[in-house]
Amino acid sequence: MNSLVEYLLRLGDDSLIIGHRLSEWCGHGPILEEDIAMTNLSLDFIGQATELFKYAGVVEGKGRTEDDIAFLRFDKDYKNALLVEQPNGDFGMTMMRQFILDAYRLPLFKRLVNSGDAQLAAIAAKSLKETKYHYKHSSEWVIRLGDGTEESHQRIQESLDTLWRYAAELLYNDEVDAELIANGTIPSMDGLEEEWKQNVDAVLQEATLSIPTNNWKHEGGRKGMHSEHLGYILTELQYMQRSYPGLEW
Amino acid sequence: MVTEKQIWAYLEDVFDPEVPVLTVVDLGVVRSVELSDESCKITITPTYSGCPAMKRIEDDIIEKMEEKGVTNTEVDLVLAPAWTTDWITEEGKNKLREYGIAPPQDEPDKSVLFADPIVVPCPRCKSKNTRLISQFGSTACKAHYQCNECLEPYDYFKCLR
Repeated sequence: MNSLVEYLLRLGDDSLIIGHRLSEWCGHGPILEEDIAMTNLSLDFIGQATELFKYAGVVEGKGRTEDDIAFLRFDKDYKNALLVEQPNGDFGMTMMRQFILDAYRLPLFKRLVNSGDAQLAAIAAKSLKETKYHYKHSSEWVIRLGDGTEESHQRIQESLDTLWRYAAELLYNDEVDAELIANGTIPSMDGLEEEWKQNVDAVLQEATLSIPTNNWKHEGGRKGMHSEHLGYILTELQYMQRSYPGLEW
Repeated sequence: MVTEKQIWAYLEDVFDPEVPVLTVVDLGVVRSVELSDESCKITITPTYSGCPAMKRIEDDIIEKMEEKGVTNTEVDLVLAPAWTTDWITEEGKNKLREYGIAPPQDEPDKSVLFADPIVVPCPRCKSKNTRLISQFGSTACKAHYQCNECLEPYDYFKCLR
């Protein structure tokens, strides 16, 4: 597959799947304001996925639309990181998952704004503005819960312990990234890991939380190898288009 | 023969479906109008990536142009340069305030954590003694505030840069 298409799918699938997860909170938020916040976040992510998929379809040149890409692929064709498909858990778990992701997407989009590819740069510029809000929102909740009551501290520390094994995969890169950097489609990612880690450390310190010392890592999403959770997400996500192909409303 | 100036005037009559007090021109989403002998090309840009109003705005623009007898209108959606609240016109900001929505304030970079909270004056009583309820409001572009003086709950059209 064309490296740019693959790259757009990885970024787009992260956006789609986290957007879907956040949308599961609709009507179930712990307070009305957060219910609205999470659906707003979801909308931003699904909007970003739409633009990324639309462009992937154009670059691929096989006539696939953004909807075809979102709804009509098999599980192994999805290239999202394992982190974003993890279940919502409690509100603290959702905020921790969001924080780990936002802390990475912020420095990522800062770099992608300077992509040699004009359309990717445009999508990144749009996404960066939204990501700043997302990052602030999730950071504040991680701090509030971590540095909150004994129970909130304990629960969000458990969330961090559960999710940290999926964090490193966000920095996964392979020949796809190398090729795109070499031909100038995307800029160098030098310093990305350090910036992400700084974002994470600063907030976790303020939140009085500690990164688990166990260094066990899970990865595979970028190659289409997923946890069982993705299958359940796709069952729901694709139901209408699988049952009633071409349905519109 | 219709002129570009007339097209802009017609666009002043197309309203944002989610903030109906603003026209698409006030909001700054219309980026350009290009007229040729054969067609009228209007370029618009979304406020937020997932803004559900864009399709509706596109349809409304085409409908308005047809109503005014402008045929072959083509609406083009561009992402760059990315929309910013700095493009909301002064008139648009006044309309927002009168409608009960606080217009965007000059804010520091959103990604800066631990910054001092910004002051968003109450659109009803003008008090600066107000508080943030939620960074997310009734639409993607708004946050939710409340006035500590008159207790008015209100939307704040948040700064996006």
